[in-house]
Amino acid sequence: MISIDLIEATAKELMAKAAIEIPDDYLDGLKQAASTEDGDLSSYVLQAMLENYEAAKQDRRAMCGDTGTPRWYVKMGNGTMIEGGPIALEAALRRATAQSTYELPLRPNRVHPLWRTDHNNNIGIGAPEIEYGYEPGGEWIDLITVHKGGLFGTDYRMLFPSDGIEGIKRFYLDCLVAFGKRGLACQPAIIGIGIGGCKDTCMVLGKRAACLRIVGSRNSDPKIASLEDELKELGNSIGMGAMGFVGKNMVIDANIEVGYCHTGGMQMSVHAFCLSSRRAVARVFPDGRVEYRTDPEWFTDYQRRETVEWEPMLEAAE
Amino acid sequence: MKLRQIELSTTPSAEDIASLRLGDVVYLNGLVYTAREGVYMRALEQRANIPLELPAESAANFHCSPAATIRKDGSFDLGAVTATASFRFAKWLPEWMAKTGAKLIIGKGGMSSKDYKSYFVPNGAVYLSTVGYGTGALLGRGVENVEAVHWHEELGIAQAMWVIRCSRMGPFLVASDLNGECLFERENAKIAGNLERLYAGTKPATLKRFGETDDRTDEVIG
Ligand code: SF4
Repeated sequence: MISIDLIEATAKELMAKAAIEIPDDYLDGLKQAASTEDGDLSSYVLQAMLENYEAAKQDRRAMCGDTGTPRWYVKMGNGTMIEGGPIALEAALRRATAQSTYELPLRPNRVHPLWRTDHNNNIGIGAPEIEYGYEPGGEWIDLITVHKGGLFGTDYRMLFPSDGIEGIKRFYLDCLVAFGKRGLACQPAIIGIGIGGCKDTCMVLGKRAACLRIVGSRNSDPKIASLEDELKELGNSIGMGAMGFVGKNMVIDANIEVGYCHTGGMQMSVHAFCLSSRRAVARVFPDGRVEYRTDPEWFTDYQRRETVEWEPMLEAAE
Repeated sequence: MKLRQIELSTTPSAEDIASLRLGDVVYLNGLVYTAREGVYMRALEQRANIPLELPAESAANFHCSPAATIRKDGSFDLGAVTATASFRFAKWLPEWMAKTGAKLIIGKGGMSSKDYKSYFVPNGAVYLSTVGYGTGALLGRGVENVEAVHWHEELGIAQAMWVIRCSRMGPFLVASDLNGECLFERENAKIAGNLERLYAGTKPATLKRFGETDDRTDEVIG
């Protein structure tokens, strides 16, 4: 049984880590980008960003004043037991979000969509989102918080099978050019691309590809992996850099996730995680151990499974 | 090329502003206030009295909501500061400038050169863009003190009018000048030349909905 107090304390720690500490994979990617950037304005911007991450860590203050919309991804093993059950878990995550908003402080971004009511704690109807995943085996719980920013870095298009790769590239470019002008989506960013599913799941896949996969990771399907390389390269040849100034770096990495879709369609979504790629992860064990990391490791073979049954024994034997 | 760095008062003289060039890096000293849709609506549409002496105290309007808390004892805890996109405020800005004498509009993404020419230039004002735009922690370091928070009960923390004393707050980039030139439009024009080559061979949206095309007669499902 995992202690609910430990879950809440860990969740608060994660809220702070996400808001303050830029994950290493993205930081390394951005340093790499800064070393190749030769546009005078865009390379100035990248240097300022690198200084900003340092300032945030030194001062223990949020890296960006817009602290995004905090949300939770929760993953559990098949044998996980939580003290108080799932209702207690959700209450603990809501409390941690509210308290961290006040204590860090975070910007109370969440308001009612119509009445603009602001509880000043990032809590409200459907906020924070809490999404779940499961893994065979294990008695741990993974808590992942993502504070994605940006009103401007997401889009969806219904493509058709005959549009093929050229249709995918076109929508990808349309998105990056639109997101990137004047830098509204705060590039260079990790770009997540969802292909297939239904409209809602396509959006979910793309968002998770952006927020739950790290820089340098590749899809387990080798042909999708090479499309990821190709799209990264394509995005970086637009000639646009940080803030939409002339430059070479729009995309720190391109991550694609797919889902089976209707036979007549090829849904596609594109999501830009911003310069503040805020994610933090911890695994909490029943014996009270807590392990922090920055890689959500969300997309396992199990999450991408294609078959009716999951037969781990068979997999292991292969 | 190295960018020019300049320190500027938040109540700048006409000469100070005239000397700014596109792409200069600016650090601000003095009082800035935040004002976005909530403040504009309250001051301009509901005609509430602005609780500050403008522009005497400050001619610098920041389009921003800070990551901040008002503590139980009424004091403030302000961490990071980041701008929000300014183009949404074009409908209020001409009246706001006329009323408050704002000379520095600070935000994210800038406005169009049409906006600059039609009401920035006649008011002797320029646009300063934050950098990145996620440099909230650096900007937060430039906050010396929060002098006051107005209208937070009516508008909430994010929309309230924060009055901030800053010392070398920055960096900002000069994104418009007194000729009404726009830094972002200049850069977009340079990039546009490359797009045709890059788009060659790609397949446009099959449905061609309005938005995917800008010609209504082009829509496949009309
Ligand atoms: S999109 Fe830009 S302003 Fe918004 S949270 Fe990200 S870095 Fe900050």
